[in-house]
Amino acid sequence: MPRAEPFGKMLVMRFGVVVFPGTWSDCDFHYVISEVLHQPVKYVWHRDRDLHDLDCVILPGGFSYGDYLRAGAIAGRSPVVDALRDFVAQGGSVLGSCNGFQILCEAGLLPGALTRNECLQYRCQSTHLVVDNADTPFTRGLRPGTVLTMPISHGEGKYYADPETLRELKARSGIVFRYAAADGRVTKAANPNGSLENIAGIVNPEGNVLGLMPHPERAAESAMGGTDGLLLFQSLLGSLVEDGSFLKR
Amino acid sequence: MRVRVLVRLKSGILDVQGAAVKRALAGLGFDELADLRVGKVIEVELPAASPAEACRRVGEMCRQLLANPILEDYTIEMTDDLAPGGAVR
Repeated sequence: MPRAEPFGKMLVMRFGVVVFPGTWSDCDFHYVISEVLHQPVKYVWHRDRDLHDLDCVILPGGFSYGDYLRAGAIAGRSPVVDALRDFVAQGGSVLGSCNGFQILCEAGLLPGALTRNECLQYRCQSTHLVVDNADTPFTRGLRPGTVLTMPISHGEGKYYADPETLRELKARSGIVFRYAAADGRVTKAANPNGSLENIAGIVNPEGNVLGLMPHPERAAESAMGGTDGLLLFQSLLGSLVEDGSFLKR
Repeated sequence: MRVRVLVRLKSGILDVQGAAVKRALAGLGFDELADLRVGKVIEVELPAASPAEACRRVGEMCRQLLANPILEDYTIEMTDDLAPGGAVR
């Protein structure tokens, strides 16, 4: 896979934002990547299979294909997600937020599943996230225990995995973010959806696929109430090295 | 050939939808309910040489898309042998 190339002295990362029928956070991600981070970005239609000119693929939030059958179920079997498997195997980075996280789980690119919020409510609110694993390309600019503030907006964000999968996930530090109180304590009260162990975001064993329910793109400018979401992108860009390849874990 | 798939949440998975419906029924006076769980019915019509062949194909559909094995179990039944309009109303 061609790698991000130095552009003058500035390193650039080429982003693709996937659009399914029913995706709603695509424009927000596109805006943040192009206008705030000044990186090249293009939309990728759900039927596209050609990802060769990208370094990072974003699966945004929304209700792909109406979330018929199960959230993310149909998108998880779409042509673009099929092509994503090769992209991931070759080391490309993937960030799935909200519906994107649901799609990654449905596609089997991340373990476990997301199911209906325990409170039965659609939750649209600000949340605090404590960083569990700062050794991923998406969090290398942070420290374990750092507390970030980002909004959530979902009705089906309760993470579930069977005990064996959870054990494996914890053993390899696959849990990246947990819902927490403002001081970073992981409490039941801070869990907005009943997620297992307050899980808000996880990463694959290779470290190049991150799924999280919160919306980093909605916390990327001070005018929007916070910029903690940018830290994920800045960590990712900080993983670029001079030859245009990425720092591995 | 017509095949009916019943998709249910696994017994260990909390069914919040079922719990909400159970509460609503209790509000209507049906407070004797011990449990209530909500599932899905998917009806598939397909050409197949035999019922076994139809079940095999639909089983493959369940494994690939219709059910999420992490959360759900499924059962497959042939519906051709049911009398038309035989549903109890």
